[in-house]
Order: sequence, then structure tokens, then C-alpha cells
Amino acid sequence: MKKSNTMMAVPLVIFIVFLWFLWKGLSNDPRILESVLINKPLPQFSIESLKDKNIIIQSEAMPKTSYLLNVWATWCPSCRAEHQYLGKLKQQGISIIGINYKDEREAAIAWLQQLGDPYQLVVYDEAGQLGIDLGVYGAPETYLVDALGKIRYRHAGPMDETVWQSQFLPRINRLGKLGGKQ
Amino acid sequence: MNHLICRRHCWILCCLLMLPVSVLANIDAYQFDSIAEEDKFKKMIKELRCPKCQNQNLSDSNAPLAKDLRQKVYNMVKQGKAEQEITQYMIDRYGNFITYRPPMTIGTMILWFGPFFLLISALIMMTMRIKNKTADLNQPLTEEEKHRLQSIMKQHDKEAQ
Amino acid sequence: MIPEFGFFALILALMLAVIQSSAVFIGLKTNKSSYVNLTFSAALGQFVFMLIAFIILVVAFVTDDFSVAYVAQHSNSQLPIPYKVSAVWGGHEGSMLLWTFILSVWGIAVTLLNRSLPRLSAARVVAVMGMISIGFIAFLIFTSNPFDRILPNFPLDGQDLNPLLQDIGLIIHPPMLYMGYVGFSVAFSIAIAALLEGRLDSTWIRWARPWTLMAWVFLTLGIMLGSWWAYYELGWGGWWFWDPVENASFMPWLTGTALVHSLAVTEKRGVFKSWTLLLAILTFSLCLLGTFLVRSGVLTSVHAFASDPTRGVFILGFLALVVGSSLLLFAVKAHRMVTTGNFQLVSRESFLLLNNILLAVATVVVLLGTLFPLIADVLQLGKISVGAPYFNMLFVPLFIILLIFLAPSPVVRWKKFEINQIIRSSIPVFVASFVVAAVINWIFSNEMSLSIVMVSTLVFWVVLNLFKDILVKVKFKLSLNSLLKLSSSYRGMVLAHIGVAMTVFGIAYTSTYSIERDVKMNPGESLTVAQYQFEFARTEPLKGVNYRGTQGVFNVTKNNQLVTTLRPEKRIYNVRNQPMTEAAIDAALSRDLYVALGEPLKNGAWAVRVYVKPFIRFIWLGGVFMALGGFMVMMDRRYRLLKKQHAGSQVADGGVVTS
Repeated sequence: MKKSNTMMAVPLVIFIVFLWFLWKGLSNDPRILESVLINKPLPQFSIESLKDKNIIIQSEAMPKTSYLLNVWATWCPSCRAEHQYLGKLKQQGISIIGINYKDEREAAIAWLQQLGDPYQLVVYDEAGQLGIDLGVYGAPETYLVDALGKIRYRHAGPMDETVWQSQFLPRINRLGKLGGKQ
Repeated sequence: MNHLICRRHCWILCCLLMLPVSVLANIDAYQFDSIAEEDKFKKMIKELRCPKCQNQNLSDSNAPLAKDLRQKVYNMVKQGKAEQEITQYMIDRYGNFITYRPPMTIGTMILWFGPFFLLISALIMMTMRIKNKTADLNQPLTEEEKHRLQSIMKQHDKEAQ
Repeated sequence: MIPEFGFFALILALMLAVIQSSAVFIGLKTNKSSYVNLTFSAALGQFVFMLIAFIILVVAFVTDDFSVAYVAQHSNSQLPIPYKVSAVWGGHEGSMLLWTFILSVWGIAVTLLNRSLPRLSAARVVAVMGMISIGFIAFLIFTSNPFDRILPNFPLDGQDLNPLLQDIGLIIHPPMLYMGYVGFSVAFSIAIAALLEGRLDSTWIRWARPWTLMAWVFLTLGIMLGSWWAYYELGWGGWWFWDPVENASFMPWLTGTALVHSLAVTEKRGVFKSWTLLLAILTFSLCLLGTFLVRSGVLTSVHAFASDPTRGVFILGFLALVVGSSLLLFAVKAHRMVTTGNFQLVSRESFLLLNNILLAVATVVVLLGTLFPLIADVLQLGKISVGAPYFNMLFVPLFIILLIFLAPSPVVRWKKFEINQIIRSSIPVFVASFVVAAVINWIFSNEMSLSIVMVSTLVFWVVLNLFKDILVKVKFKLSLNSLLKLSSSYRGMVLAHIGVAMTVFGIAYTSTYSIERDVKMNPGESLTVAQYQFEFARTEPLKGVNYRGTQGVFNVTKNNQLVTTLRPEKRIYNVRNQPMTEAAIDAALSRDLYVALGEPLKNGAWAVRVYVKPFIRFIWLGGVFMALGGFMVMMDRRYRLLKKQHAGSQVADGGVVTS
């Protein structure tokens, strides 16, 4: 029986395709998850304020301009690392809403007094339910929410100059134009 | 570049820190009204993936987030929610990543049906090839082949003597 | 100074590997036969220097040389000596050294045991193995040097070995697994050498079979040990998780199993030659792929090695080079492998071909499932997880088809067979198997589960058909003597297939009838699971060599008779302050009783996990049978490795030389 030469090359061709995927895969980090809430409205919530448990903050009370939503906790070392930078952003006039995630109230308040408070508002998500609704899988995480209350971007990991310049600023600039038209 | 390396290190650090926690088998003592309810809960937490760090399902993971999500699944099972609803609830928040049972979409067609397609085409190829071969065999010999056969047999006879 | 000698030995081994892989080809070009001998001497030298490097690392561990970074990261002065030795392969660098060392062991084995092959062919095989060695030694030297020092401020004590790895299972599991992985490099090298020569006759095949079988036996044992370790050590009671690392070892096992079968056909009938070569190449390629997946961090796994992208790039480059060039060689040369035999649709050849197709499709399922998250990510389809529900759904039907065709296979003859004959001889056995399966299911559970009866019918069908075939073979005079007269390879085949049946039986029963309870228990309380009462008697403090903790005491009774006392432990390892769950297991053929302690709760209560797992031992026992069977086939007289090849005998066995 005669075997065609071309059949014998099939494994090689498949392997080359396969190799391309492996090569591409090397530059992806499988642990970084995209948020499924991108371009979707911020989930509704009604939750205690960190500083006063008698104050209930509703999702309607969120700023009507674009703002950052930062998930943090005192048990998270990277949160400490990004804290100073968040303070800088506040000085630049960026509104930041904090979500104190699965933390102890006293420790969190003390942390803000000690390290400075970059947040316009901090909600106290003790049980992590708002975290689940947002799809939070670790702290810190920072969300970009636009003026219409839609989530535009999520960054998992500490915020710093590079992330801000490369990921957030371009999006905010684009949003600004978008917001102007609407 | 610098921050990239730093990020990598952070992740490695995170995993090194995670390892001791995740080593420990997680055991909760949830109460159930019926065996069916308990089985449903166990099945759900085995099919849902802990979104944090490593490849573990909610049932095996000891990460705090896994604990929260297990509690959530437990509450929903207790409320009598269907499996579908619970999975959808999780997918709406964490994406398809959270379920070990990938959804059937155009993108995942090759995953679900590729192997069966391959099996069927391999079987067809195998049958056709063997049939062709045996058909070749059953064909009468050509003149040239008959000639060769005769000479081989003659040779063989001589050797046998 | 000593660790530097280790690094130096690695460099010398690398140079010798270069000589090993090139000498024979230079010899062929320049027509000098002395170069052929140089290949063998270089392989010997490479082995010696790899051995020296390995011993130096072992010594560094045993003598607590914490100036060596790798030792400091994976050992501690408190660690018991056996674990200090096994800590050598407790991390990335050391396990790569073990890998490479084992590769040189196989290289030296091939160098010493090749008398049945023409000298030039054997030299080609050893040279190809040398090429693989070059890649791995270079990998060690350039990206993963285990001898790196932390100087001048080295730590006074080490960070300890991960407690999970401080276990007998993890002392033997990695070496076994690597023996398997690396062993397939022999079959691979034989295939490449055969392609280079442009022929594959029965001498080649007969020589390749025992090597392939040996690798397969090791891989089978390695996987089995890993599964057993995960079962008792992780405290989850699971025995297989479809984690990328497990899949990485399962894929070469599947293709290796296919290879073992197709080699048998190629040896006896001279067919499937190019397919056999392709399988040999693919099996080792999958071993390399496994190494890439585990160490590059492209996939998330529980068994994460701290991943490093440069290592990933290196292995990927090596993978591309080795597999790419072999497949290119295959594409160019394989069509010359002329098939000589003919067979009909119903014949033993077809049955074995079908076995190969099913195993190949099973491999594709594992490969696709393992890599699909990566593929989806690259194609921007979003992050996807593929896990147990997917694999189980596709594996169950594949293995049912496999069993359906495995069962009647002993009666099917080579070349041509009648389907009616299969049906006629199998139906009575099938009916008997159904009855046995149903009765066992009834006795066991007082019910009839359709799926269990179906699967176990197939299982008994396989076993009873084998028994029947033995009876026919010994002409119904069953005695030890008559059994011993059967060829070793036949006995091995029977044993391995019974092993498959046992494993499937164990899986079916365990996954259907396991009872798992996670409960809160106070000392003094009892819990009834299946027919067993688990009484949580008390807790006791625990003090080990390098850990402390708590031990629970559980009295297990059945019908008010004490069955056993289980003592699950909750350990805290001193150095890392890391808690560990040590489950207590009472093992028996028919069931495992499994108790693990979770967290202490309020008021002296504990979270407790209690499992009753029927027939779970069959899963691993089946693995032992498969390995034993493979070993017996390997020991068949035909393959005596030391036997000198008689001139002309290659024609005698029906394997007509074709080139």
C-alpha cells in the first residue's frame, strides 16, 4: 500500500499551530481575571459607612462624575504599598471611594488616621457580600466607574504610577470625551 | 518592565504565602435537612472553582474567599435554588472562570465535540483503509505478478528438494 | 568549595553529552569506526559526572550546607535524614537535576545492554539520547543551577521542606514518575534512529519493546503513587483531580499504553510501522510538554512550582527544537516504512488499532481540556476553567467502548476472524458476567444501580474472558505447572488487563457509593456512616520530631464490635508554623474508613470529616497489577536484553526485512 507523503506531515503542522498557542500563552498570566462587570452598571448596594455604623450608604450616593472604587483591607500588605499613591491621586482631584473589605472596623479606622485618608467615602463590607457582587477575588482591586455609574475597568493588584499612566489615564481621557458628548 | 518583574514577584509571593493556607484540608460543619440537599451542596462546591490563586475547587480550598462563596452556595441551596441558578449567580459575578464545567458556546464547540468528531473520522478512516487493502488483496493477480509468483514457487521447490 | 564541584561536574557532563551526540555522525561522515566507540564512552562519562553532581547535592542536603540557596530553601537542620535526601527533589532545581540524572542512567543502560542491536544502530540511539541530555543539562546550568550559593551572609538554618512533601509517598513518587517520563526517551531515540536509518525491522522492534515496557511500568507506578499520596496526604479524600500536573503525567501514559500495544502488533505482524514511530515520538514529546506546563506557569495548578518565564521560554524552545525536528524527520522519512502484513476488518490487528484510536482520542481529550483555558485566553474568548465535569463526561463513554472491545479480544486471532465466532464465544460469558455483576451490586447495596451493573458487567466480562482463554490454552488442565508453561508475555498481558478491570471496578464503586460527611463533633459524640459507628473518644496532644499538634481518637464499631481505632492528626510544623491535616485511614479491600480533623470549633467541638469509601483500594491495586503485568511481558524470553542476536533470526519471526 502506498502512503502519501502529505499525510506524514500532518503531525508537524498540528505541532506548529500548537507551539504558537504555547508561545502566546507564555505572555499571559492565567491568574489575572477580567471582570465580567465591564461596561455594566455598578451593582446596587446599601451598606454601612466605615466611620459610622448608623449611616447607611446607598449605591445612589456614588459620585456623578467618573471615580475610582478601591477595595482594601488592613490585612493586605499590598494595600499598604499602594496607599501612599492613592493619597497622591486624591491630591490631583480624583474621587476615590473605598470599600473596606472583610476587615475589622477599629483597625481600619486607625489605619486611615495613621496613614491618611485618600477616600471620599468608605463603605464597610464586613461579610464581603459587596465583594462577591463585584467579583472581587483579592485585595487590593481598583475599579474605574464612569459618570453614568458603569464599570469601565478593573485592576487587580496594587495601584502605582505605571498602572495609573498606562491603564487608567487613557481610559479616563476617553471617558471625558464620551461624557461630553452625552 | 520593572513593574512587570515586580508584579511577577508579588504573585510568586502571594502564592508562597497562599500555599500554607491551602495545604490544610478544609472541613466545614454545615447542617442540612436532607441527604439530597447535602449532595447538591457538595456537588456544587466541587464544580465551582475558587477564583483565588491556584487550581482548587470551592470544596477543597481553604482561602477566605472560598469560605465566603461556600457560605453563599449553602445559603442558596437552603433557599431551594436550582443548580443552574446558583451557577449563573456565580458566573454573573466571576465569569465562566468560576465553573469547571465550561459553557457550551461557539468558542467551546471544539472542546465538547472535537474529540467525538475525531473518533468518528478515525473510525471511518480505519474501516475504509482496511476495506481498500483487503479489496486490493482479493483482486486477481496481474500477468507480471503471476509470473513472479511462479518463479518464487519454483525456487522454493528447488530449495525444498 | 564542594558545591562548586557539582556545578563543574554539570559542565563536564554537558561537554561529554555534546561528544556523545555528535561522535557517531562524525564517524559516519569520516568513515572512522572508533568514533562509534567514542559515543558509548562519552555516555559513560556523562553518567559518571551526573552521578557526581547528584551525590554532591545530596551531601549538601545531608550536611545542612545552607550556604547553598537551594538547600536553604528546601531543608532544615531539624528535618529527619530520609526527608533531607528526598528534599533534593522537593523543588524545581533539584527535581530537574534528578530528571537529568535519570536521563543519564537510561543512557548508560542503553549503552551497556545493546548487544542484540547492530553496533552502529545502538550508537545512533545513544547519540539521540545525548542530544536530549544536552538540552536538559544546559537548562540546569543556565536557568536552574541547584548549586547557587548565598554568600557571604548565608542563613543559619533552612526554610524547611514543605510538610506536604515530608512523606514516604513523596520520597518515591517523583523518582518513579521521572523514571517513566525519561524512560520514554529510549523509545523516542530508537524511533529517531530508525527514521535516520530508514528502516524498522523486527530486530528494532523486539529491542524497543522491553525498554518501552520498562518506562511504562515506571510511569504506571509513578502515577499510581501520586494518586495514592494525594488521597491520604491532602485530606480531601480524592484520588484524582484532573489538575494540569496530573494530566501532564496521564497523557504520556495514555500514548505510552497505545505504544506498548502497537509495538506488539508491529513486532508480530509488521504493520502500523509509521504509526508506532509516531507514537514513540509523541509519547516523549508529551513528557517534555508536561515539563513545560509544570514549570513555565502558563497554567495554574495546585502543584505550582514558583514559575519563571525565562525557564518557560527555554523549555519551549527546546520542545520546539526536539519535537519539531523529529516530526520533520517523520514527515520526510516515515513513508518509507513499508507495511508488510495484511489483515481484515475483524482481526486482532483491527482490535489493537481500535485500542490505539481510543487511547489517542482519550489523549486528545486530556490535552484539549488541559490547554483549552490557555487557548481560549490567547484567542480572547475569556478565562475559562475546564475540570472534572468535562473530563468525566468524555472519559466515561471512551472507556466503556474500550472495555467492550477489550473483553472479547483474547479470542480474536491475527489477520482474519469471524464476527459470529466472537459473538458465539462471548455471549455465554457476557451473561455470566451480568449475573455476577448484578448479584455483587445487590449484596453490596441492596439495590440495582443500572450504571454500576452495566460497568461492572463489562469489568467481569473482561476478567472472565481472560480466565476462559487461560483454560482453553491449558486445555482445561489447570495447575501451577500448566500456568507456568504459558509464555511470560501472555501471563503479563492477562495480569495487566485484570489490573485495568480492577481499576475501573474501583472507580465505579467508589464514585457511586462513597459516603462523605463533614460534621461538627464533640468528644464523646458518635456518628453513624454506612454500617459504621464513629465514636469521637477524645483528643490527645501530639509531639513529633519537627512538629506539634493534636491527635483525635476515634473508635469505629460495626454491630457493636470494635473494627479499629483511628487517630487523625492535626499537625503544626515548627519551622514554617504551617498546619497540616493527617487523615487516619483504615484500609481494607472492600472499603476504606477515613477520618480527618478540621478546625477546632467552639466549646471543645471539632470539624470532622468522615468518609467510607468502598473498593477504593482496587484503583491502586489495579495499577500494581498493570505494572506487574508490564514487567512480566518485559521479562519474556524473547527480549532477553543480554542475548546476542543470531544472524538471520530476524527473518524467522515473520517480520520480513523491508527497507
